[in-house]
Amino acid sequence: MQKWPILIAGALAIVAVGAAVSAKQPDPGATLKSVQSFASIPDEKQRSLALFQEAGKVITHPRCMNCHPVGDRPFQGDDRHPHMPMVVRGVDNFGAIGMRCTTCHGPSNFDPAGVPGHPEWHVAPVEMGWVGKPLGEICEQIKDPKRNGGKSLEELVHHMAEDSLVGWGWNPGVGREPAPGTQKEFGELIRAWVDSGAVCPAT
Amino acid sequence: MIKLTVNGNAVEFDGDPSMPLLWFLRDERGLTGTKFGCGVAQCGACTVHVNGEPRRSCVSPMSALEGGDVVTIEGATGKEVDAVRAAWVSLDVPQCGYCQSGQIMSAVGLLGANPKPSDEDIDLAMTGNVCRCCTYHRIRAAIHDAAGRLEG
Repeated sequence: MQKWPILIAGALAIVAVGAAVSAKQPDPGATLKSVQSFASIPDEKQRSLALFQEAGKVITHPRCMNCHPVGDRPFQGDDRHPHMPMVVRGVDNFGAIGMRCTTCHGPSNFDPAGVPGHPEWHVAPVEMGWVGKPLGEICEQIKDPKRNGGKSLEELVHHMAEDSLVGWGWNPGVGREPAPGTQKEFGELIRAWVDSGAVCPAT
Repeated sequence: MIKLTVNGNAVEFDGDPSMPLLWFLRDERGLTGTKFGCGVAQCGACTVHVNGEPRRSCVSPMSALEGGDVVTIEGATGKEVDAVRAAWVSLDVPQCGYCQSGQIMSAVGLLGANPKPSDEDIDLAMTGNVCRCCTYHRIRAAIHDAAGRLEG
């Protein structure tokens, strides 16, 4: 009788570690072009478009997309698999009653177990769902106060450049590839995109 | 020095702040009712309550517990606990029992927030608690039973 708990625990540990901690190394090529590198594009509309497409490398990265689902379940990992264990956004995007995000996610990453964390860890509201949409559609969505949390373009720049949960994307803990570049570079791209007319790719 | 309460008792910890709460409870406090299952928040065997809500103690570093109020299976009290205990006995829920303290702490947490959960509410709240003996149907029935006891 004494053997079973140990065997069960061991089997669970093997399965779970494989699921939770990817062996994939961060992509060293995941950088962002600087705002200055777009200065050679004379047409402002074309420049704005190019700036957003560069910022789109971050927006469409798994560190951002995994928690912007169009349904109730977030994703995880660089391979964007459904979150394990099965969780849902719940009424407030912080999880179901009795199975809140904070049941597992603490105020900071817990690397020994590969569990990410942040004080505000939660799923983006459903109106901000991006998964499966083309970049142009996401762009229009990001600009629309009805689908961006009521933000003006100025507030959007601040959110992208300063919000610490957005910033987690560049500090994701072990086993997860960081978003390309830095949050500062990303914020500068969004700033320049807004200043050049906030042009979106065709949908 | 990290100060917290465990089952109502003021305790202190001055070791490695990255040590998981589960190690502190089992190895330093002797509270072995809370189990190690996977160590990566995938099975729920280590579930305790922190500040009144279910929390996986295997992924909770001591550094995050300053001022925290931790309740384990040994110290759990209240009307939800009484109802869950009675229901678990009545329906003879456990088989091997290894996961059950985690199951019970999650069930108590659910009933504290939602005293009359639907099947879906139960499934969503208990999805992170794995049972190798597959007692899931009895667990769900026992939570309904406990909800009835709370109502009655």
